[in-house]
Amino acid sequence: MRRAVLFAAMLAVIGSLARASDLPPDKQRSSYQDMAPATRAMQDADTDNPAMLWVLDGEALWQTKAGNAGRACADCHGDAKQSMRGTAARHPAFDEKLNAPVNLEGRINICRTEQQQTAPLPYESKELLALSAYVALQSRGLPIESRDPRLEPAISAGRAEFMRRQGQLNLGCVHCHDQRFGEKLAGSTIPQGHPNGYPIYRLEWQTLGSLQRRLRNCLTGMRADNYPLGSPELVALETYLMRRARGMTVESPAVRP
Amino acid sequence: MRLSVIPLVTLILSAAPTAMAQDALRPYTIDGDAISTSLTGEDGDPARGREIVANRLVGLCVLCHSGPFPEAPLQGTLAPDLKGAGTRWSIGQLRLRMVDSSRVMPDTIMPAYYRIDHLVRVAPAFRGKPVLTAAQIEDVVAFLATLKE
Repeated sequence: MRRAVLFAAMLAVIGSLARASDLPPDKQRSSYQDMAPATRAMQDADTDNPAMLWVLDGEALWQTKAGNAGRACADCHGDAKQSMRGTAARHPAFDEKLNAPVNLEGRINICRTEQQQTAPLPYESKELLALSAYVALQSRGLPIESRDPRLEPAISAGRAEFMRRQGQLNLGCVHCHDQRFGEKLAGSTIPQGHPNGYPIYRLEWQTLGSLQRRLRNCLTGMRADNYPLGSPELVALETYLMRRARGMTVESPAVRP
Repeated sequence: MRLSVIPLVTLILSAAPTAMAQDALRPYTIDGDAISTSLTGEDGDPARGREIVANRLVGLCVLCHSGPFPEAPLQGTLAPDLKGAGTRWSIGQLRLRMVDSSRVMPDTIMPAYYRIDHLVRVAPAFRGKPVLTAAQIEDVVAFLATLKE
């Protein structure tokens, strides 16, 4: 009898854990808080943050006329410090024409193809990282927003991707980043996996990289079939991660270990 | 006529590694929470097993586990310390936990090291292959059995 009660209690606990697998907002923790003091200092001072080199390039590109239209970003958007304030904090955003969410890199490329009439910039190219770092910097210090109800289908799809097991190692994002953050994986502290600092200067990469590059790193580690950069699956995952991180402060361009 | 041969050859070549790997999985019998008989019919080599465990790219064990093998730096804290594993479990119990630990813990995050079914979106390089071979599993089991304290 006591055994049966214990068993029922265990089932109840397991059941509540399963339901509570979404990260509660009061548990949100930027991986900045787990970084070594020297790494934090590198992010804190713009003169020490290597990502600021990309920002400077981005600022120059913002002013550079490009494409058949011979137009610079600044010709339409003016001073990025005003016009781009908050933009990165609410991307991926819903695009009516595409009827789908578009991330910051995708938004920049829509401007390139439609307004400047030139070729889109490849993911992880110096130019796209520079422009996205410059635009993202204009949201630094602002809270992440995720309000548009039209994003809900992508958020659901991204959440399903986050929760499901995949790859030869049969792991889901949830197992590390919701359930075991703070533990050590191969000696490194597992972060909650928030999108609040991208593009990031990652010490392991020795360069700047996008959120999608980082997501693909994890999928590779799980030995899962990877999604191409810019694929709808990765954008959906980004959209879910922004919902999961809503209210957190944008740190872009952040430094990470 | 010659053109039609090419897709057939491609099909055979691309299907072959998977089929061979699947065929390579040896059958085993689960008794309770153990696999009593060696997957290879032979005893594993504990020294080779230690190398597999300590190599984070091969065994992957130290990504999550810690244990009394200081040659492996940067050990994980996601899973139990392997110290004393040979006292806590019999060889047969260790073998089943390596082959497919979800048989004893359905929600475990430990990968099944010798199972190629019920997996989704496996990367092409690993498709149809177990994480370790039967011989490697026997080596690891033999090493874990030596961890008596």
